[in-house]
Amino acid sequence: MPKRPLPQPTPETQEFWDGARRHELRLQRCNACGRAYFFPRPFCPRCASDDVGWFTASGKARLYSYVISHRPAPGFKDDVPYVIAVVELEEGPRMMTNIVGVEPKPENLPIDLPLQVTWERQSDEITLPLFEPSGGAP
Amino acid sequence: MSAAIVGARETEMVGVIPDKSAIELHAEAARAALADAGLTKDDIDGVLCAGQSPVAVAEYLGITPTYIDGTSVGGCSFMIHVRHAAAAIAAGLCTTALVTHGESGRSRVGMGGFGQSPQMLGSQFESPYGVAGPPTRFTLPFLRHMHEYGTTHEQLASVAVATRRWAETNPRAMMREPITVDDVLNSRIIAYPFHLLECCLVTDGGGALVVVSAERAKDFPKKPVYVLGTGESSEHSMISQMHDFTESRAFKVSGASAFAEAGIERSDIDHAMFYDAFAHTPMFALEALGFVGKGESGPFFEEMRTAPGGDFPLNTNGGGLSYTHTGMYGMFAIQESVRQLRGEAANQLPGVRTSIAHGVGGMFHAAGTLILTNDERA
Ligand SMILES: [Zn+2]
Repeated sequence: MPKRPLPQPTPETQEFWDGARRHELRLQRCNACGRAYFFPRPFCPRCASDDVGWFTASGKARLYSYVISHRPAPGFKDDVPYVIAVVELEEGPRMMTNIVGVEPKPENLPIDLPLQVTWERQSDEITLPLFEPSGGAP
Repeated sequence: MSAAIVGARETEMVGVIPDKSAIELHAEAARAALADAGLTKDDIDGVLCAGQSPVAVAEYLGITPTYIDGTSVGGCSFMIHVRHAAAAIAAGLCTTALVTHGESGRSRVGMGGFGQSPQMLGSQFESPYGVAGPPTRFTLPFLRHMHEYGTTHEQLASVAVATRRWAETNPRAMMREPITVDDVLNSRIIAYPFHLLECCLVTDGGGALVVVSAERAKDFPKKPVYVLGTGESSEHSMISQMHDFTESRAFKVSGASAFAEAGIERSDIDHAMFYDAFAHTPMFALEALGFVGKGESGPFFEEMRTAPGGDFPLNTNGGGLSYTHTGMYGMFAIQESVRQLRGEAANQLPGVRTSIAHGVGGMFHAAGTLILTNDERA
C-alpha cells in the first residue's frame, strides 16, 4: 500500500518518471530559445518551438517558497508537520516537492536555502524527487 | 457601459444549511433574484453558472435558454459570468441573463466528489507531496512575499482583524466575535505561516444575479447597478508554476482590463471587495490592481485602512474570512458590491458611487474583475 497518492504517467510525462526511477532528474530544453522548462510537454511553452530535447538536470536547487503543513494529508498522517516546497532548479524551472533531512522549523528553512535532490522510492513504477539542504550558505 | 445588474440576492440563509442540496441553493438564490428584479423564470434566456452545469440549473428551474455559459474556473467564475453576460447581451445572444451560485461547501449535500484522475498534471506533480486542498497550496507563495518585501506575520494577521471588524456589525456574518492580531497569531497553525484565523470559512449558501442591457435597466424595481468595466485572465493550473510568487499575473491582467474599460482611476473607487480565501489574497489584489505599489500592501493593512473608519473600505460584509465562504465565494463579493451601490448593505457606507469586485479562481489560477457603478452618467 503506497503511502502517498501516486502519479500515473502519461505519454508526455513518462520520460520524467522513468528518469526518476533511475535517480535522474529529467527536464526538457528548447533548442530554439535555449530555455529549460517543466512540466513536460512536447513543445516549448515560451516560444512554441517543437525542437525540444530531454536532458538530465544537476539536481541542485534553491528554496523558492514553502509551507509547513500541520494537516495530515492522505499518506502523511505520521509525518505532520512536513514541508511542502517549491524549489527553483539550477536550470531555471520550478517544481513542487518536499524538503527532507531537516527538522521542519522556519529557522532551518531560510528562503533561497541551497538544496540537492534526493530520491524516495514509492513503488516499482514511481520514485519521487525530494530535496534536502546541500550544506552550502544560502 | 452596456449592461446592468437589476436583480441580486443571496439565499435566505448563509452558513450551515444541511437541508438543501447544492443545486437547490442555486435555485433558491435564482428565484430570489428573479423576485428582486420583478421577473419570472420565463423572462430568462441566458443561464450562466459554475459548480453545477448550466444545463442542469436551467432544467431545474424550467428554463429553455438561448445562451448558456458554464465557465467554472473557481471563485471568480461569477465576475467572469457577468462579463460574458454583458457581451452576450450586447451581441444579441440573449436579453436577460441569470447568473447563479449554490454550494454545499460545509454540509456537502448534492456535491460532486473531490476525486481527480492520477494522470492529471496536478495529480502527477503536486498531489504526491501532501497538498490536501487549498490551505497548503494557495498559501505557498506568501513566504516569498515576506522574504522579498519584509512583509510580517503581524501584517498578514491584520487582514483578518480588519475584516472581522466589518463582520462584527453584520448580523448575517458567521464569525462576529472581535479578534486582535495576537488572537490571530495564537490561533492554531494550519500551514506555516498561516494560522486558522487567516484561512476562510467553509459554509453553505448561494447567490444569483440578473443582468440586462443598460438601456432596460430602469424598467426594474431596484436601483440599477451598471457594469462599468470588466476583466478576466488565467495563469496556471498548478500553484508551483505561478510565474512570480510575489504577484499574480492573472490579477494584473484582469484588473488592468477592468480599469481600461471603465475609464476611471484607482482613486475613483469608493468601495472594494477583494476575494479573501486566505489573508494574503487581498494583499496580492491590492498590489496587482495598482492601489498600492508592489510590496506595499503589508503596512496598508497594518494601519487598518481597510477596516471600519479607514479610507479604503474593503470586504465590508466580513469577507470569506468572517462572513461566509461556500467554496466559490466570488458571488458574495459581487452581492455586497451591489448592496453598497443600492444602499442596502448591513454596513452601508455613505455616498458609494463606484465599487470594485475582484475574484480569484483556484489557487491564483484565474481572476475576474468587475467595476460597478450606480451612476447612469458614468
Ligand atoms: Zn523555446
